[in-house]
Amino acid sequence: MTTQVAENPVIVGMKNVTKTFPGVVANDQISLDIRQGLVHCLLGENGAGKSTLISILAGMQQPDSGQIEIDGKVSRITSTRAAMKLGVGVVYQHSTLISSMTVLENLMLGDTKRVLLDKKGARTKLRDLSALLGAEIDPEIKARNLGLGQQQQVEIIKALWQGSRVLILDEPTSMLTPQAIESLLASVVRLRNEGLAVIFITHKLREAYAIGDEISVLRKGRMVKHVPARELAKMNESSLKNTVLTAMFGDDQASAGNRKTIEELAGAATASRQARKAGSVSETTVLSVSQVTCSPNDGTRGIFDINIAIRAGEILGIAGIDGHGQSTLAEVLAGQRKLQSGRVLLGETDVTHLDVRARQSMGLRYVTDDRLHEGIVGNLPVSLNLLLKRVGQKPFWNRGRINRQEVLDESNRLISEFDIRTPNPETRAGTLSGGNIQKLLLARELSNNPKLVIFNKPTYGLDLKTVARVREIILEFANEGVAVLLISADLDELTELADRIAVISQGRLIGETPNVGARTAEIVGEIIVNEGAAATGKSRK
Amino acid sequence: MSDKKQVVDSAMRTVSTDGIPAESLTAADTAGQRSKRSGKEIANLLIRTITPVVLAIIAGGLILLAMGKDPLFFYGNIINYGIMGRGWQQSLVMMTPLLLLAAGLIVVFRGKLWNLGYDAQYLLAAVLVIGFAPSLNAVLPWWLTLIVLTLLGVAVGAAWTIVPAILKARFETNEIITTLMMSFIGVGIANLLVRGPFQDPDVVVPQTESIPLDSMLPYIPGTRIHVGLIVAVVVVLILHWVLTRTSFGLRLDIFGANPKTAMHVGINTSRMIVTLFIISGGLIGLAAAMDMLGLWGYVRSNWNPEYGAAVIPFVFLARLNVLGSIPFVAFYAIVANGGQIAAQDSDLSTDFILVLVALILIFMSIIEYIGTRRDLGQSYLPPGLKTSVAQIFGRKKSS
Repeated sequence: MTTQVAENPVIVGMKNVTKTFPGVVANDQISLDIRQGLVHCLLGENGAGKSTLISILAGMQQPDSGQIEIDGKVSRITSTRAAMKLGVGVVYQHSTLISSMTVLENLMLGDTKRVLLDKKGARTKLRDLSALLGAEIDPEIKARNLGLGQQQQVEIIKALWQGSRVLILDEPTSMLTPQAIESLLASVVRLRNEGLAVIFITHKLREAYAIGDEISVLRKGRMVKHVPARELAKMNESSLKNTVLTAMFGDDQASAGNRKTIEELAGAATASRQARKAGSVSETTVLSVSQVTCSPNDGTRGIFDINIAIRAGEILGIAGIDGHGQSTLAEVLAGQRKLQSGRVLLGETDVTHLDVRARQSMGLRYVTDDRLHEGIVGNLPVSLNLLLKRVGQKPFWNRGRINRQEVLDESNRLISEFDIRTPNPETRAGTLSGGNIQKLLLARELSNNPKLVIFNKPTYGLDLKTVARVREIILEFANEGVAVLLISADLDELTELADRIAVISQGRLIGETPNVGARTAEIVGEIIVNEGAAATGKSRK
Repeated sequence: MSDKKQVVDSAMRTVSTDGIPAESLTAADTAGQRSKRSGKEIANLLIRTITPVVLAIIAGGLILLAMGKDPLFFYGNIINYGIMGRGWQQSLVMMTPLLLLAAGLIVVFRGKLWNLGYDAQYLLAAVLVIGFAPSLNAVLPWWLTLIVLTLLGVAVGAAWTIVPAILKARFETNEIITTLMMSFIGVGIANLLVRGPFQDPDVVVPQTESIPLDSMLPYIPGTRIHVGLIVAVVVVLILHWVLTRTSFGLRLDIFGANPKTAMHVGINTSRMIVTLFIISGGLIGLAAAMDMLGLWGYVRSNWNPEYGAAVIPFVFLARLNVLGSIPFVAFYAIVANGGQIAAQDSDLSTDFILVLVALILIFMSIIEYIGTRRDLGQSYLPPGLKTSVAQIFGRKKSS
């Protein structure tokens, strides 16, 4: 006790918590103290066990063994409601807001104690909480009209709504531009100063250094490193970097590539542009899109007056805050959504009115961002998922009947070519890890003569090694003359890969810049800021 | 029963399992033909399937006891009348329309489309088949009449699904509502037809002319079971093969798993919706034709056997597997057939059979709920139950 006098009190203490799923130990004997008034950064690759840890704290999963103490008392968090009662609020990576409801309505969803809705009280509470965050939020705006930064602030307010003492932020910065990240970090600091305990999950080391009071590193389900506040205060950025990188990658450092790549992937250094093979971009235009408009429907955004041209071997990046029409653009080009006006040319051919299959066979491919739900059928085996876009086609199907041998041969070929780690081709695809599911999608889309590939957030949520591999694959194919449309919310990724970067906002392309390397992220940020200023000043054409 | 489809099962899971490693989900397998399951999974599946039925029988027995009846007497009579003597033949005859109806529902349900217009599809097909029988019999040989009338039944059943199908395909209109509305309209029209153009002029009660016995479907030699049963079994087998072994079945599974995936991989979802509805309605129309031409021979106004409502729980217990639905349909046919007289012998309302069906549904929901929570590694009890109970009994909780 005497040694802890100077330290902040522990609100939540996890002791030797273990959680296993069939085949995986997701959390292995993890002990973790969450202290009042401190930001505890949790670092680790995807698959390191961070998500499981959160879902245990949030009451969605029960640990197999170990215990959780809250204010020193052993407690069981049996449900999400119990977690809320105990004061644990979570902000997830995905949006939990209902897009057709207003901000206030969304927040009041959690108010179930009283029969009548207390709008006035809710308004006051919202005002107080936004002041605390340093945010300005219109209570009556529909959730779908929130910008991403604002949306996240609302999510945070929602997590705090029931009076949380512990706030968990799950990779909150992965989709934000540098400017938005700064304002988020400022908000987190305010909350901490108010005495909240914050768990900040990230895979970017520089953020952890910027904001963390304590740092813990998870690797393969184990807590491999804990840097308490006292030690962290004494460390500088580079010594922390060494400590953390060693913990994160351990002996794998060599196999993950050279040191520089690791640092970039771990977000310790800023990204630099990858060198492209000379002369890989040719003069032939593969995709030209002119004046394409597609109206919004069902809560998805529309796109307006889009003009794009991509040459063979060129990588065009689309930057922008998530949910500004990127998916609509990809779906329109893939043929999954009908457009209202405009033309899409693939090479010389007008494909505007062709369906998905026809475009597919002409070499247009789409790697979707919604891997789990749109990209694969989780209950079908890997082999059939690899051939999902060729169902019914020869030689795999003959007059409607499957030719198992052909299916097996082709899937084995793709599995080894793309190094998909699966027990066997008959394993259900849904049981693969995120990285292997992405490899499965890449194998499916990149086989059989691609000419233009649309990648929608291709590395989102993947572990670092797979991220590196996926980026390599994209570059390889571009070098071979495939045109690439790379949609990403990760500016580092675009700076690393793209030849040009266009910025999308509210369904319109608002600017474009050639990739000039290190300064590109700033230029993109400026384009976004200028657009915002122009939009409030006068209505845009 | 080596392969099972569990679209419903997995549908129930996907709701609550986002973000949880898929390994923790046992036995969810849309892909019938494809992966093999372990003995544990099969056992799990059997337990989940049979327990609700057993529990329903026990609970039904308790209700009977409470009513002062002897449950063993009642259940014994069900077996007596449903299987013994000629009972099994009657039960098999009763299975004919039920099997086809179950097949018709399974096809759409696997695509996660809900065709709830089965009553109208059945009755309209039945009335038109019976209504046109006399005039066709007059000009065609009996066998050709039967074939033409059967095709007519199929066509009518299918046609009655077209409006909801197109609305769903083009405008994503909720098919539950449209099929139900079309059902009200269709049942009404069927009644109007019985009282109007098809009414038998020789009788006062509003009913159609009866088909003469020699123009009905022939019996299977040596039994009093009409050949409609063979048609039903053959159709069910073919459908099972189509659903599990062909590229169409695979496309249907993809579409059922997620229409967005279907669109992504280039399946024409509008065409899929219309196709599924037409097959569904066609099979229900076929059920009507077989039932009319094999068993009833006439339709009275306001008559509605409500087969669909009876079959739905069993379709889900069979995990939307066509072959798997056969034993369940047989079970229901025996209970319904034997239960008619058994209920009278015990001085019960025949509606007690529906009570049994409802109990099966209730226990099925409970078992699925518990099973899903167990798969997720959570407590068997609903969240918050313990604390609520504790509060009721006044135990103070520290907050």
